[in-house]
Amino acid sequence: MVTLQLNHVSARYGRHPIVQDITTPCFQGGQVVALLGPNAAGKSTLFRRILGLLKGEGEVAISGTNAERPVAYMPQETGAKAVLTVYESVLLARMQGRSLKVQAADLAQVDRALSELNISALGERDIGDLSGGQRQLVSAAQALVQEPDILMLDEPTSALDLNRQINLLGVLRRLADERNMLIMVALHDLGHALRFADAAMMLENGRLIACGPTADVITPTLLRQVYRVEARIEPCSKGRLQLIVEEAV
Amino acid sequence: MTTESIATTPNAPDSQGRAFYRSQVFRRQMILAALVLALFFSLCVDLALGPARYSLGEVIAALLTPDNVSQQARVILWEIRMPVALMALVVGASLSVAGAQMQTILSNPLASPFTLGISAGASFGAALGLAFGVAIIPTAIEYVVPINAFLMAMVTAFLIHALSLKRGVTVETIVLLGIAMVFIFNSLMALIQFFASQQAVAAVVFWTMGSLTKATWPKFWIALGVLATVMPLLARHGWALTAMRLGDAKAESMGVRPRSLRLEVLVLVSLLAAIAVAFVGTIGFIGLVGPHIARILLGEDQRFFLPGSALCGALILSVGSVISKIIIPGTIIPIGIITSLVGIPFFLFLVLNHKKASW
Repeated sequence: MVTLQLNHVSARYGRHPIVQDITTPCFQGGQVVALLGPNAAGKSTLFRRILGLLKGEGEVAISGTNAERPVAYMPQETGAKAVLTVYESVLLARMQGRSLKVQAADLAQVDRALSELNISALGERDIGDLSGGQRQLVSAAQALVQEPDILMLDEPTSALDLNRQINLLGVLRRLADERNMLIMVALHDLGHALRFADAAMMLENGRLIACGPTADVITPTLLRQVYRVEARIEPCSKGRLQLIVEEAV
Repeated sequence: MTTESIATTPNAPDSQGRAFYRSQVFRRQMILAALVLALFFSLCVDLALGPARYSLGEVIAALLTPDNVSQQARVILWEIRMPVALMALVVGASLSVAGAQMQTILSNPLASPFTLGISAGASFGAALGLAFGVAIIPTAIEYVVPINAFLMAMVTAFLIHALSLKRGVTVETIVLLGIAMVFIFNSLMALIQFFASQQAVAAVVFWTMGSLTKATWPKFWIALGVLATVMPLLARHGWALTAMRLGDAKAESMGVRPRSLRLEVLVLVSLLAAIAVAFVGTIGFIGLVGPHIARILLGEDQRFFLPGSALCGALILSVGSVISKIIIPGTIIPIGIITSLVGIPFFLFLVLNHKKASW
C-alpha cells in the first residue's frame, strides 16, 4: 500500500520561504486527507513541493508503489486555450512520457476516467467551449487517467455547483476506498472536509499548525485562530459533523 | 507518426467519445494524405513551368524514368528546376515548423522566426556580406552570405536563449526580447544601407525579399538534412509540446518540464529557421501562417499538427513558387513578395471564417 510522509519539508520561491518545516504522520492509501488553510497559506506550494516541482529542504518520502508516475496532480489552472477536445485532452494526460502510439488500453482508461466523473458526454466538446465547472471536472479526469497511487487535487470544487461538489468528493472518497488511492485535496469548504476526509492538515502562513483526524483539526479554537470566524461543530440528524459559522471575528 | 493502434476487444462497443476520437484521427490522416497529394501536384506544376514549358505528363515521366526523356528535358527538370522546387518545399516546411513550435512554446499566436528577430539577424549578417564583403568566418565566396546569415541568426537565437535563462523571464519577456532584436537589427540594416553603395543596397534589398533562385543541390541537401534531423527530435516531445498549449501549470501537472523543453525546442527551431533564411533570404509569412492553417485543419495534437505544419508550409511556398512564375510571364518575382500578397488574403479569409478561437 502506498504511503506518504513529509519530514521537515520546506519550499521557497526565490528567497521567500512559502512552506516551512512541515512534518506529517505517515498517510496511507485508502485515506482522504484534506489540506486546509486560508488563501496564501501555502497549500498549492506544498503540493508542488511534494510533486518535486519545487526544491527545498526536508524529505518527501513515498513508498509502497510500483506505479510509473505514482503521484498525479490537478492544479487550480484548467488550461483551456488549446484546440483540443475533452477526450483528446484527457488522453494527452494519459500519454505523457509514453510513445506516440496510442493503445486500446489507453483509450479504455480515458473512457473510464470520463465515466467515473460522469462527463463522458463531454468527450466531443472542445475544451475552450466548456464552463468553468466542466473544465474543473475535465481537469480531475486528466489527473485520474494517469492511474496514480497518490492523487493530489488543488481546490477541485471551487467552480462546481453544490451537486457536482458532492458528486466529485464522493468519487474521490470511493477511489480511496475501492482502489486504495491516497487522496490529498485542498478545500475551502470545511464542511466538505468534515464529511469526506479522514484526516486534515491545517496550514497558516506556510506552517503546519494542526494535523490529524479531521474532527480533531477543525475545531472552534483553530477556526477562530486561522480563519478568524466564530463557529460551532455539531452532529446533524444523521450523525455527521457539520460546521455552523456564526460570524467573522 | 500518425499510426495508431485501434485494436479493441472484439464486440466491445466504442464509447461516444472514443468513436468521435477515432473518426477525428481518421479525418486528420486523410487531411495529411490530401496535403501530401497537393504537395506532389504543386511540385510537378512548379517543375513544369519556366521558359521551357513541359506538360505534367512529361514532368512525371522525367521524375519516374529520367532515362526515357530527352537530355535537354532531363537537364532542365533535374539540374535546374528540381533543386529550386525542392528547396521551396524544405524551406517552407522548415519555416512553418519553426513558427509552429515557437507559437507552441511561447503560447503566442504571433511567434515566428520574425518575432524573435532570427530573420532580422540573418538579414543583418547577409547585408554585411553583400554590402561590405565582410565574412564573419573565412569561407568560399559563394557561401559568405548564407554563412553570415546563418551565424547571425544563431547568435540572435543564443542571445535570446541566454537572456531567457535569467530568473523571472517569462514567455512574454522572450517575445519582447525578440521584438527588441528586430528593431536593433533593422536599425543596423538601415545603417549599412546608409553607408553602402547604391549597387550594394539593391543587392541587400533583393536578398531581403527572399528568392528561391539561390537554391542549389548542396544547399538543398543541407537544408533537408537539418529538417530531417530536427523533426524526429521535435516529434519525440509530441505529447509534451501538445500539453504546453494548456499552460505551464497544466503541463507541469502532467509531468512536463516546461522550462527545459522550451529552451531545447527554441534551439532546434532556431537552427531550422536560420538554415532556411540563410539559403533563400527572408520569407516571413510562412512561419506565421503555415502553423495557423495547420491548426485550423488538424487541431493541436502534435502527432498531426507537426507534420501538418510542415506540409502546409511546404505547400504554401511551392504554390507561391508557381505563382511567382506565372504572374508576369518570363519574370520570376521574389517569392517573399508572392507569399505575402497572395497568402495573407487567403489567411485572413480562413481566420475570419473560422468559428473557433484558439488563442
